[in-house]
Amino acid sequence: MAPILSVRQLEKTYEGGFQALKSVSLDIQKGEVFALLGPNGAGKTTLISAICGLVKPTSGTVTVGGFDIQSDFRKARQLIGLVPQEMPTAPFEIVGDSVAFSRGLFGLRPDRSKIDAILKDLTLYEKRTSQIMALSGGMKRRLLVAKALAHEPQILFLDEPTAGVDVELRHDMWRIVGRLRDTGVTIILTTHYIEEAEEMADRVGVINKGEIILVENKTELMRKLGRKVLTLTLAEPLAEIPGSLAEFDLTLSEDKHFLTYAYDTQAERTGITSLMSALAAAGIRFQDLQTDQSSLEDIFVDLVRNGEASGL
Amino acid sequence: MNFQAIKSIYIAEMARTKRTIFQSVISPVISTVLYFVVFGAAIGSRITEVDGVSYGAFIVPGLIMLSLMTQSLSNASFGIYFPRFTGTIFEVLSAPVSFFEITIAYVGAAATKSIVVGLIILGTANFFVDLQIQHPVFMALFFILTAVTFALLGFIIGIWADNFEKLQFVPLLIVTPLAFLGGSFYSINMLPEFWQTVTLANPVVYLISGFRWSFYGSADVSLWLSLLMTMIFLAGSLAVIHWIFKTGYRLKP
Ligand SMILES: Nc1ncnc2c1ncn2[C@@H]1O[C@H](COP(=O)(O)OP(=O)(O)O)[C@@H](O)[C@H]1O
Ligand SMILES: [Mg+2]
Repeated sequence: MAPILSVRQLEKTYEGGFQALKSVSLDIQKGEVFALLGPNGAGKTTLISAICGLVKPTSGTVTVGGFDIQSDFRKARQLIGLVPQEMPTAPFEIVGDSVAFSRGLFGLRPDRSKIDAILKDLTLYEKRTSQIMALSGGMKRRLLVAKALAHEPQILFLDEPTAGVDVELRHDMWRIVGRLRDTGVTIILTTHYIEEAEEMADRVGVINKGEIILVENKTELMRKLGRKVLTLTLAEPLAEIPGSLAEFDLTLSEDKHFLTYAYDTQAERTGITSLMSALAAAGIRFQDLQTDQSSLEDIFVDLVRNGEASGL
Repeated sequence: MNFQAIKSIYIAEMARTKRTIFQSVISPVISTVLYFVVFGAAIGSRITEVDGVSYGAFIVPGLIMLSLMTQSLSNASFGIYFPRFTGTIFEVLSAPVSFFEITIAYVGAAATKSIVVGLIILGTANFFVDLQIQHPVFMALFFILTAVTFALLGFIIGIWADNFEKLQFVPLLIVTPLAFLGGSFYSINMLPEFWQTVTLANPVVYLISGFRWSFYGSADVSLWLSLLMTMIFLAGSLAVIHWIFKTGYRLKP
């Protein structure tokens, strides 16, 4: 199936010469939730802005639903909804009117029943006659989502939807994304919280310094790059790691009760068997053992650090 | 054409006026009436007639022009500056709306408001003096052209300004003096010869002269020169806006 969004060799150099995007290419499939992960200043907002027509690309092409964002901007933009990173709202506007306004910009009449349905969906219906400045931060965020959905777009961009919000609001946002995904909306979100990508995304792209350094199915990514940690609960505390175990990457906990061993699940030999024998030979007994998969967080930190080391 | 979008922006802008009815309609009307009372009554008692028209009646077209210009300018500049300032402009810029449509909507709303204010002033003036409009079609033409031209100019200022000072600066320091010195309150024939020549470099002279001609049939400069200058003014503003949108100046980095 043709991707719903296709970015080809997109470059952006801002006035002043800073290159924020370096030949970015990316395909997004219909219906997927894609998380664009990257540290601050990586170029996430620039990429979204270029796709949505808020920033002029220096070179490269973008098509949305097969429509070029420049030569066919009306058709391309009709498919897109955008919730920007900042929460720009007109303080004196009325909530319901504001959603109707967004809908109107996309050439649609202010269909009351549709607007009410969107407001109800985002639990803003009770506030439909309030001024925007009377809304709490969380409500404002939901209003921005409502406005972005007012023209029933097929692709929704959420630029850092949960930056600086409390836990409750974050889970609220996750639920909204989940519901939208169920209705078939393609979602592209940016975040620097790994937890978020892990929770919501089907695929993850990592961007750093204007370059996409990796795009991978989330589970695949975790399997591929995942490291596991084996934790042994010792029968008796150990004063120090004996020299005979020096070849293993072991760490002794401060309370001397736990030994941890990190290993690569993809390596040909995990080294667990030989570790077990070496432990037995050293007379170290343990009561329990447990393995943990590393999170996207660790993977991400690794990737960015390696990228830096190799001069990316 | 995305007519629905034009309509939406227009309605939203008019709703903003309704929320700020005092500032956008009542206060310009009050200040113009004050001008009228002060200039018409105080000075009018000394200058009885200009070009065969009572001074009170003579200044009405100038006063209407003055408020039309300043109102169009401030409405339009604020109308586009405010969403830039709050960031809500992103919505318009990322919608399937062309720059042409954006301009029509914002400039149309700003011009509408100032035209309403101008009409109210015209109606009010009618209570104070004997007004006659000899050439209503030309009057309407100058009225609308001036409102639209200055709304376009205001739109440019609202895009150019990156702080509130600049937003206030151009209207206050450039346009208001030009309007005052453009013959709102006097016929330029009343000036010494040297200043008459200097005054002709002021584009506002042509607007006011043409507008006044449509009332009383007498003008400082010829009607056609007035119309030509107004058109040049309009075309100049359109050219600048075309350039703004082509380059993305201040709107799209
Ligand atoms: N309008 C601009 N002019 C110049 N540089 C910019 C502009 N916007 C963003 N940048 C720079 O581009 C880089 C990427 O920014 P951004 O896309 O906002 O990153 P992210 O969203 O990943 O945090 C940053 O270094 C930022 O300073
Ligand atoms: Mg950002």
